[in-house]
Amino acid sequence: MDLLAIAFWLLAAVMILAALAVVSARNPVHSVLFLITAFFSAAGLFVLLGAEFLAMLLVIVYVGAVAVLFLFVVMMLDVDFDALRQGFARYLPVGGFVAGILTIEMAVVAVSVAQHGAAAKNAAPMAASAGVTNAETIGQVLYTTYVYYFQAAGMVLLVAMIGAIVLTLKHRAGVRRQSIADQVARGRRTGVRVVDIKPGEGIAS
Amino acid sequence: MTIGLSHYLTVAAILFTIGVFGIFVNRKNVIVILMSIELILLAVNINLVAFSAFLHDVAGQVFAMIVLTVAAAEAAVGLAILVTFFRNRGDIAVDDASMMKG
Repeated sequence: MDLLAIAFWLLAAVMILAALAVVSARNPVHSVLFLITAFFSAAGLFVLLGAEFLAMLLVIVYVGAVAVLFLFVVMMLDVDFDALRQGFARYLPVGGFVAGILTIEMAVVAVSVAQHGAAAKNAAPMAASAGVTNAETIGQVLYTTYVYYFQAAGMVLLVAMIGAIVLTLKHRAGVRRQSIADQVARGRRTGVRVVDIKPGEGIAS
Repeated sequence: MTIGLSHYLTVAAILFTIGVFGIFVNRKNVIVILMSIELILLAVNINLVAFSAFLHDVAGQVFAMIVLTVAAAEAAVGLAILVTFFRNRGDIAVDDASMMKG
């Protein structure tokens, strides 16, 4: 058993166990932490497959952004999570039954595709050719062949950003806000007041 | 024993099933449902990258990147809806979320 196989089995086992812990943990904060573990292990599998760029993207986007977003929301909401867990034992048998059948079916199809499909002729994953890294290979097609998909992905992110802001922005009554239009429109007439002061009295108020 | 495409595909299938199982058993907790969806999308990404590597074609990795973008957008919008839902209801139990029913 070579080092690659050991790394694969280790990462795969950690990923599967962490995924199981995500769906069965009692505390959602623990679920998020196990989710981070699963994504880290998946990034390791991507490195084994020779997709280093996607592995780093997974670590940055998921561990750095999405998982932390989950953590913020879980800690922000004051919810009784034990009440949400009732029904877990009731759905466990049927869920496990469906999951078992699904696993067997998908594994059978996957193995037969892997052994007889178009990818069967290559026994080894794509290795980085001399002088061209994985990121360079992706960049050569991402900005040429797939440039419209790239733009569409940017549009998806823009719409998601605007949607999330619109959904969560709350205008509270009684909070004084800066009005830039009023500030800019302020002129001499409204900004300056000439007060007639009588001698010896000063300004009372 | 050399690690081939079938190993990666089987691991991705197991991960996908765990995601589906998580949606089944955590029907009330929408946060765990969102995390299960993330697991399912990760399994899809593993499939795409494994096929991309063994077909010696980088297109699968580009597609995996698009899936990653959509997954991130989905998580952001889903959590925003969750926060709004919590503000309106004071709870996140989704099994009786029928406010918009006619």
